[in-house]
Amino acid sequence: MSEELSDGVKELESMIGEEYKYGFTTDVEYEDFPKGISEEIVRELSRVKEEPEWMTEFRVKAYHAWKEMEEPTWFNATYNKPDFENLLYYSAPKKKPQLDSLDDVDPNIRETYEKLGIPLEEQKMLSGVAVDAVFDSVSIFTSFKEKLAEAGVIFCSMSEAIKEHPELVKKYLASVVPVRDNFYSALNSAVFSDGSFCYIPKNTKCPMELSTYFRINNMNSGQFERTLIVAEEGASVSYLEGCTAPMYDENQLHAAVVELVALDNADIKYSTIQNWYSGDENGKGGIYNFVTKRGICKGKNSHISWTQLETGSAVTLKYPSVILKGDNSVGEFYSVAVTTKKQQADTGTKMIHLGKNTKSTIISKGISAGQSNNSYRGEVKISKNATGSKNYSVCDSMLIGQECGAHTFPYISSENPTSSVEHEATTSRVGEEQIFYLMQRGISEQDAISMIINGFVKDVLKELPLEFAVEANKLLDVKLEGSVG
Amino acid sequence: MLEIKNLHAKVEGEDIEILKGVNLKVNAGEIHAIMGPNGSGKSTLSKVVSGHPEYEVTEGEILFNGEDITELDADERAHLGLFLAFQYPVEVPGITNKTLLREAYNTIARANDREELDPIEFEDYITEKLDVIEMKDEFLSRSINTGFSGGEKKKNEIFQMAVLNPVLSFLDETDSGLDIDALKVVSDGVNKIANDKNAIVMITHYQRLLNYIKPDYVHVMMAGKLIKSGGFELAEELEANGYDALEKELVLNGEAQ
Ligand SMILES: Nc1ncnc2c1ncn2[C@@H]1O[C@H](COP(=O)(O)OP(=O)(O)OP(=O)(O)O)[C@@H](O)[C@H]1O
Ligand SMILES: [Mg+2]
Repeated sequence: MSEELSDGVKELESMIGEEYKYGFTTDVEYEDFPKGISEEIVRELSRVKEEPEWMTEFRVKAYHAWKEMEEPTWFNATYNKPDFENLLYYSAPKKKPQLDSLDDVDPNIRETYEKLGIPLEEQKMLSGVAVDAVFDSVSIFTSFKEKLAEAGVIFCSMSEAIKEHPELVKKYLASVVPVRDNFYSALNSAVFSDGSFCYIPKNTKCPMELSTYFRINNMNSGQFERTLIVAEEGASVSYLEGCTAPMYDENQLHAAVVELVALDNADIKYSTIQNWYSGDENGKGGIYNFVTKRGICKGKNSHISWTQLETGSAVTLKYPSVILKGDNSVGEFYSVAVTTKKQQADTGTKMIHLGKNTKSTIISKGISAGQSNNSYRGEVKISKNATGSKNYSVCDSMLIGQECGAHTFPYISSENPTSSVEHEATTSRVGEEQIFYLMQRGISEQDAISMIINGFVKDVLKELPLEFAVEANKLLDVKLEGSVG
Repeated sequence: MLEIKNLHAKVEGEDIEILKGVNLKVNAGEIHAIMGPNGSGKSTLSKVVSGHPEYEVTEGEILFNGEDITELDADERAHLGLFLAFQYPVEVPGITNKTLLREAYNTIARANDREELDPIEFEDYITEKLDVIEMKDEFLSRSINTGFSGGEKKKNEIFQMAVLNPVLSFLDETDSGLDIDALKVVSDGVNKIANDKNAIVMITHYQRLLNYIKPDYVHVMMAGKLIKSGGFELAEELEANGYDALEKELVLNGEAQ
């Protein structure tokens, strides 16, 4: 067992019985809109955010597109549909939304981030990680802005980008995920409230990890954030996303859109640790996490990599994808999805090979415990012109206990005979026999479980940036505590 | 060292009694062999002694160095020096043999206030142990038993025994599945591990193993009980006449139920 791991296990012992530790709420005064959605609400939202005309029109068009679309039902999950007329589409803490100095941040909110382990003071932060903190609908604070600006990197909230960098936003927004791509991307395009914008200029290696920390606090608000990352020719960036929410009995909707654009020789690594509240044992409450994430390897030799650890949410529908347009471009998807209790996750990826000699790797590890349901859905498409392209997919499921389910739905199509697609899938059950075997060798039950789980997911977790990997191990241990035996 | 008194055990949560009054005493420096027909309860006995949660002790006791261990968890028993070489070693993908053994070695050392080995020291230690049963070092970095051949799994059990250096080892049909050469190598290994401070209980169907590892005592298990004990000659008798003859003889003598 690695050093971190045994530390993680010790940590675990002190956390036993602690359940979801991010479930507290913060007492802040809100500036809310009336519930429900209409063209007026969309226009009002744009007005409050002091957006330019083109943005307002973008939203209104998206709203009308959404109105005509049907809510999708093709995935392997059942839940009560969100009541779109009963949602808050804008919910911002009353204090001045965009702040120049940390002193202006509502002390309650500051404390929230402290509790979550994300102190906003730069000197207290993990060195080398810049944070954009999104609280309900708005970005509260973005750190290290100046330092990043020296390198020419733009890292700010989406609201600010719309005002300060309209040319870039206009050029790339909805260029990867079109407004009408799906029901939730259309809704997001109409009502997205904030999110992060990153732009890495030509031949620049972003000097630090960028990260956004999402927090849903308000009970009735939907969170619709929008993230756009553009890496110019020869640029590279590593971006981390974390999320938590309080425990409420009602379901909350989170419908984000994330777009990545990598030009020639650019490299984007996007990592997520998703730990939204997942509801209680009876499946009451929790977040609906319906997210569209897609990247395009637009230029030759470009590289996009998605790594995700999905542990939270009541229902997750999420398929981070890569369009491999540039020749020799590389797309990767590394995923660990853990479901316990009554959680439902339908997640996977799409790799669309358009350019020549494009390569994609998919490593998906699903762990299901309790009465949960965990599905992997992966599409690999190799188009006619994608000569010499390769895909390699591994999709492993691990079941803990007898009442959970794991399902694999691969969709593979290749129109080019010089290309190859390789798919492997396994399903195993963490058995009492394995645990007994390790215990017979002297290892405690909890360590045995955590060794088995960590062994199962290590190929994915090693793709996470270091600070995240330690976090991830701990999260897994806490999440699966008591699932066996 | 080990004293099993009138041990009854059943499948947890069910009414299936498997061990029906086992008595066995093992002293330091001894080697015992248990033989008996399929399904007579030999593996169950080894698992019950090691603390498998699937079985419940309903009567009797298991004393290890005078301490009643019936209530201890499997890992706590391992810390006392109990080892089980499984009849069917379990595959655990994702954890290498080496990781398991270092973690196990150090956990046991910690529990006994002995010094732990750091990764470099452990590397030297474990490499030395490979020689005991002529195992290739590639097995160290492979996942526990995963994809091992039947014989390799059995060998791996004895390798682990060599590394963990237990006080009392149950070897459950370690010989089944080993080829003739491997059987000799593994037996030599076990003989090297055996000394006057530890003890070994071998479960086997074949006298052949006993030619390599000489037992001090041979016991016969039938229907959940050790019905007869003797020396090496008992194994020879069984090999010649089978269990049926023994059972009849016992019935005639009024010793069997
Ligand atoms: N968990 C269980 N549930 C039901 N029956 C069990 C269970 N475990 C063991 N048994 C039964 O108990 C009996 C003894 O099994 P055990 O594995 O101990 O036999 P054995 O003497 O080791 O046989 P072999 O020589 O074939 O290995 C068998 O009839 C077996 O089917
Ligand atoms: Mg057996």
